[in-house]
Amino acid sequence: MKYWKGIEELEQTPDFMSSAFAEFMPVKEKHETTDESVAPRRDFLKLMGFGVAAATLASCEKPVRKAIPYLVKPEEVDPSIPNFYASTYFNGADYNAVLVKTREGRPIKLEGNPESPITRGGLSARAQAAVLSLYDGGRLEHFAINKKQVTATELDKQVRARLAATTGTIALITPTIISPSTRRAIFEFAARYPRLEHVMYDAQSATGLLQANGGVLPSYDFSKANVIVSLNADFLGTWISPVEYAKQYVKNRKVCTDKRTMSKHYQFETAMTLTGSNADVRVPVKPSEIGAVATALYGAIVGGATSPMSENATLKAAAALLQANKGAGLVVSGSNDPAVQTLVAAINAALGNVGTTVDLTAPSYVRQGDDVRMAKLVTDMAAGQVGAVIFYHANPVYNHPMGKQVAAALQKVKLTISLNDRLDETGNLCEFAAPDHHWLESWNDFEPKKGFLSLSQPAISPIFSTRQAQETLLRWSGNNTSYYNFLRTNFQRMTGGGQTAWDQAVHDGVAIGSDNQAALTMLGGAMSAADAVSRINSTPKPSGVEVALYEKVGIGIAGCESNNPFLQELPDPISKATWGNYVAVPRKMAVEKEWSQGDVLKVTGNGYSIELPVLVQPGQTNDTVSIALGYGRVLAGKVGDKVGENAAPLAMANTVGIQYQGVVTLTKTGASSPIAQTQTHQTLMDRKPVVQENTLANYRTNPKEVTEYEKVVTPDGLEKPSKVSLWQDYQYNNHHWGMAIDLNSCIGCGSCVIGCQAENNVAVVGKQQVINRREMHWIRIDRYYSSDHHKTEFDEKGKVATYKAMEDPSDNPQVIFQPMMCQQCNHAPCETVCPVLATTHSSEGLNQMTYNRCIGTRYCANNCPYKVRRFNWFSYYSNDKFEVVNGHMFTDLGRMVLNPDVTVRARGVMEKCSFCVQRIQLGKLEAKKQKRRPVDGEITTACAQSCPTDAIVFGDMRDPASEIHKLLKREDGERAFHSLDSINVQPNVTYLTKIRNSDAKFFAEEHTA
Amino acid sequence: MQHVSAVREPLITGGKTYHDVTEDISRQVEAAPNIRWMAAFAVALVFLGIFFYSVYRTLWFGIGEWGLNKTVDWAWDITNFVWWVGIGHAGTLISAVLLLFRQKWRSSINRAAEAMTIFAVICAAQFPILHMGRPWMAFWVFPLQNTYGSLWGNFNSPLLWDVFAISTYFSVSLVFWYTGLVPDFATIRDRATGKISKIAYSLLSFNWKGSAKHWSRYETVSLILAGISTPLVLSVHTIVSMDFATSIVPGWHTTIFPPYFVAGAIFSGFAMVLTLMLITRVTFKLEDYITLEHIALMNKIMMVTGSVVGVAYITEFFIAWYSQVEFEQYAFINRATGPYWWAYAAMMTCNVITPQLVWFRRVRYSLVLTFILSIIVNIGMWFERFVIIVTSLHRDYLPSSWAMFSPTIIDIGVYVGTLGLFFTLFLLFAKFFPVINMAEVKTILKYTVDNGPTYNPNAGHAAPATAAPATVNTPGVPASAPVNYDKHD
Repeated sequence: MKYWKGIEELEQTPDFMSSAFAEFMPVKEKHETTDESVAPRRDFLKLMGFGVAAATLASCEKPVRKAIPYLVKPEEVDPSIPNFYASTYFNGADYNAVLVKTREGRPIKLEGNPESPITRGGLSARAQAAVLSLYDGGRLEHFAINKKQVTATELDKQVRARLAATTGTIALITPTIISPSTRRAIFEFAARYPRLEHVMYDAQSATGLLQANGGVLPSYDFSKANVIVSLNADFLGTWISPVEYAKQYVKNRKVCTDKRTMSKHYQFETAMTLTGSNADVRVPVKPSEIGAVATALYGAIVGGATSPMSENATLKAAAALLQANKGAGLVVSGSNDPAVQTLVAAINAALGNVGTTVDLTAPSYVRQGDDVRMAKLVTDMAAGQVGAVIFYHANPVYNHPMGKQVAAALQKVKLTISLNDRLDETGNLCEFAAPDHHWLESWNDFEPKKGFLSLSQPAISPIFSTRQAQETLLRWSGNNTSYYNFLRTNFQRMTGGGQTAWDQAVHDGVAIGSDNQAALTMLGGAMSAADAVSRINSTPKPSGVEVALYEKVGIGIAGCESNNPFLQELPDPISKATWGNYVAVPRKMAVEKEWSQGDVLKVTGNGYSIELPVLVQPGQTNDTVSIALGYGRVLAGKVGDKVGENAAPLAMANTVGIQYQGVVTLTKTGASSPIAQTQTHQTLMDRKPVVQENTLANYRTNPKEVTEYEKVVTPDGLEKPSKVSLWQDYQYNNHHWGMAIDLNSCIGCGSCVIGCQAENNVAVVGKQQVINRREMHWIRIDRYYSSDHHKTEFDEKGKVATYKAMEDPSDNPQVIFQPMMCQQCNHAPCETVCPVLATTHSSEGLNQMTYNRCIGTRYCANNCPYKVRRFNWFSYYSNDKFEVVNGHMFTDLGRMVLNPDVTVRARGVMEKCSFCVQRIQLGKLEAKKQKRRPVDGEITTACAQSCPTDAIVFGDMRDPASEIHKLLKREDGERAFHSLDSINVQPNVTYLTKIRNSDAKFFAEEHTA
Repeated sequence: MQHVSAVREPLITGGKTYHDVTEDISRQVEAAPNIRWMAAFAVALVFLGIFFYSVYRTLWFGIGEWGLNKTVDWAWDITNFVWWVGIGHAGTLISAVLLLFRQKWRSSINRAAEAMTIFAVICAAQFPILHMGRPWMAFWVFPLQNTYGSLWGNFNSPLLWDVFAISTYFSVSLVFWYTGLVPDFATIRDRATGKISKIAYSLLSFNWKGSAKHWSRYETVSLILAGISTPLVLSVHTIVSMDFATSIVPGWHTTIFPPYFVAGAIFSGFAMVLTLMLITRVTFKLEDYITLEHIALMNKIMMVTGSVVGVAYITEFFIAWYSQVEFEQYAFINRATGPYWWAYAAMMTCNVITPQLVWFRRVRYSLVLTFILSIIVNIGMWFERFVIIVTSLHRDYLPSSWAMFSPTIIDIGVYVGTLGLFFTLFLLFAKFFPVINMAEVKTILKYTVDNGPTYNPNAGHAAPATAAPATVNTPGVPASAPVNYDKHD
């Protein structure tokens, strides 16, 4: 029996049979339109599916922009592997041998070059920040005539023609040049244009010192000095070669059980400087009294002179100690008065220090400027005797006290050329602009000290259409060799070595050899000691308020660093102020005149006046004020313009040189302008658990008693805080990273702050945000002043009144610095309170921050007893408010400086010191590749690397061979302590108690039970 | 000896009948909004606008719009959070604890108090979310399984406990409140004349029929929810207090915080209930339901909790001294004498000293003085949280990091904005929901046929309440004033 479903099946028509066994009925094409522009009905789902998918894809973030692979990969460049090149940083102030870390052809960080016999691996804050200046958008990007872009050939043609036609002197104005080849290039130029007069002047002038020593700048060795007396010389912060001196200085300041001796450091100064804050005995004196101090010291040591300071007890003690340490003492002075320097030289000579701590045979070359010559040139220019002037890295219109005269005199000069890197205050007045390369784009050599050579090499191809200034000079002299070849020829001449020596020198960055430069011929100034004494004694005492003009550790007087936001935001080591200068006044004066912090004063001197806010500065000499130079630029670039005021015209530019002092009148304007300080509370409030210090005398008698170890009360009596815990301890089976910070070595310079900032892509937030207390630095240096009041007064005065009184620092306080970064607690309070586990503990003891997981409750920051966590209040890389100050995260040019190994943190997440976990990982991987364990010293943090005084030691505490292991073992129970031990957070950062070689007390005398 | 119990005074004055109650309460819902309500609502909307603007600034630019800094990472945000959560507590206490203790007087205020709780918790909940750096990731606080493995929340963190505490509190309060509303919605539904209101209240009333079974379930659910809510009165603020107590910040690290915070919460909650009730009473003419007796009772609770808080303040100082911990001692000395002494003085005056005025009967029964007092307490309790949070943080362990906090306009905007949010919600509630629990109030009416010539059949629906009770009792006269009661009652 067969069933059928319809007539068609019964009849089995061919029409039916063709589709009877098909799963789907065939498409009836006739339903579809023939119009091709209309989508067929049956494609609806297809099209919609595509549409949805396309829309979804399009709405996704584009993954990577501008990732261009190498077409031909340079042999030495491996993506993600950094290359290091040795180079040299010298911008007219301090010399630093550096290693340039480059990633994919971009310099991203500078580190100290340990090969250098001068800076020995240390690096100043300015040098650390210099890498940012390479990507400075304020640089002039091309050659220009009257600010209109021209080609180099066109400019060369015109300049050569004009130079040839010049009548009158051709002046080349530069800061100190320590490059032998550059000098040779200038000689070539002088040979072509014999009327050339090369005038060097230094923004921070040492003319007086050069005059007193017959054109020679002595080399100093602070490490050999048992007694150091400094008259206004901030040799740890800014004077001549601070990194070199700091390295030497701490050698004799470090103590341990086997070496319980320290140098004794006396400082006579006006403003509270970094050096003064490290001194054992600091005597505030007026700028005009420095002569009297030098005379009195001279009288006490050599005899035959007295001054009002002769009866000063401290001075007498210093003189006695110097005499007791003949050949092992050192007197230095930052004064630019040749008379003072003559006496200082005489004192050192009389004490037999020449040959030990003072070296005249291997002089330093980093200051060669002659103020007298410069002053004369300005006069000549004004008189129309100068036909052409070339500025090479010199900006006298801004940074010379006679800037206004220079600007006026420039009108009289027919041919004006600027080789400066930007159209700065001086360059802007010049007709021709032939901008120089940045030093990271250039070949060059340096001789910072006789016999010691140093090289710089390009670490990146030139970013802009600039040309190295030396090459420009060679072109104009008709020499067409490249500066590289010129340099090599010269180098061979100086060292006598061939290709191998050159290769070695390029590799090391330093070499031995000399250009044997002759002593400078200074215009005037030389005098005998007796003349000096009579000159000092006959100088009339200025009446009125004296001003001391000083240099900041971050921003130099020359103003080269003004457009560098890292340095603008570097807190001054003493005042902790950022972004601008101010009038530092002593408290007594502020109270008398009823000025309070932030009140704007009108400062008038030399017929020039500026308005700056007041900062009450403990340690400032009475009846004096201090103002930092290097601020108030107007053509530095977006960052540096109008930050503070230019105080240079307040300096006295007299016949013997520039004196960074003067007499001013101060009037309150009624306005107020807040000062952006990163620390606003000045004293420690006698909180010994935070930071500890003691005297050398105590340390000598019993090193085990200099540190107070807190105990907590338990049922079993007093115990170490770590005995009582709610926590289970972590097990560290492999590494346990730790850090030790020697408070005796830390001078508070702030180099680590910038090193960390560059390494870890830390945002710059600008003045207003610093005022709002939101700076982002991962490491900060806490600075505490001592107070005249102590807890010992509780009984008589009551706690409330005593605490109030303890908030005020002493008038001439003791200072203690404490670098503070994430303490990587083993019992971290931040870790418990994060609701989403964004901050956790690693198996190597690190307190890790997972940015991606952070939702920003900020509880961790509240619960951090050290307050080292930093929150991204804004989107610092895309919020327009931060475009100027945080340019290095905004523009393509600026972003080149970012470290690709470290995430740029998003808005709303917490960040903090990671112990440079990327460096740890790199070191571990490197060791793993070589199938070995990491060796101590190969992994170090950015702060430890940059520290000029080796105060920071980083390493694996579980490695018995490591320095930190040995150090902690040695110092355990002596100087090693944890900050806030009693709260038992068990930090991985250990501090070593500061030992002071002085009688003055930071803390009150303990009650002896 | 024979003991004659005192005659209990009626909780609802004015000799109301059941119908009067329905009329008095439903009228507010059914009538067109009056001008006072409109004005108040307009003001609330302005503040709500401020809220949205401030929130926009916060979300678009970041927390940097607020005045916080590296040292003081919480300030107004968490102050407001704790303040609002605390305010909510009175609602729960009234609805749950007083229910369990059979305090019948609660019936006329519990609805509004519970509504206040809900809205206060809504306002409070804004802050934990807004204060996050990345609020769009806020859901990460929930223990959600993620694709990378078992990355859960951190169960050690009090902030996580907070999430549970607040969300539980909010859901239980909401359910409790809504359960109580269902019979009243049904009443309004039955009376509704408009089409929309009929549908709306039908939906809201969940088809409530008023059957014995419904009532039985209603009572059971209320009792169960009261049982669940009662521990919440204690637990929520206990956990909120642990946000501080489990930390190591001197001034926060205090074991007394849980009871201290709970007392403070009830204290501030009753102050807010008083503020709102006094306004509602006047606006909606509910003098017979919210009597001066109610106000006096709430004043007493406020005074007691205020005194508990005062003892806690003193205990903290004692413990700081007794502990001999330097940081702790300084934290408290600084609290009272440091740069924020004025905040501490404001807190002490408002929370400890002024509530003691309630000992005077005149103050207890005075509407004006009670209103002023309730505002003062609200201010004082805000300062308490500010003092705890900001003065502890601004000077903790390392003097180098000591800093001051000052609010920005956005800080202020978010705070007054939440006030706008609160009042917008509360005014909407007062207009569209019955502000007094009609069903429960009816159970406490003292009413007999002999006694009550209150219902005037001729008056119709237009204005029954005002006409009738006036003959018997003057609205607003204390319930304790002499009234003629029928002796066989």
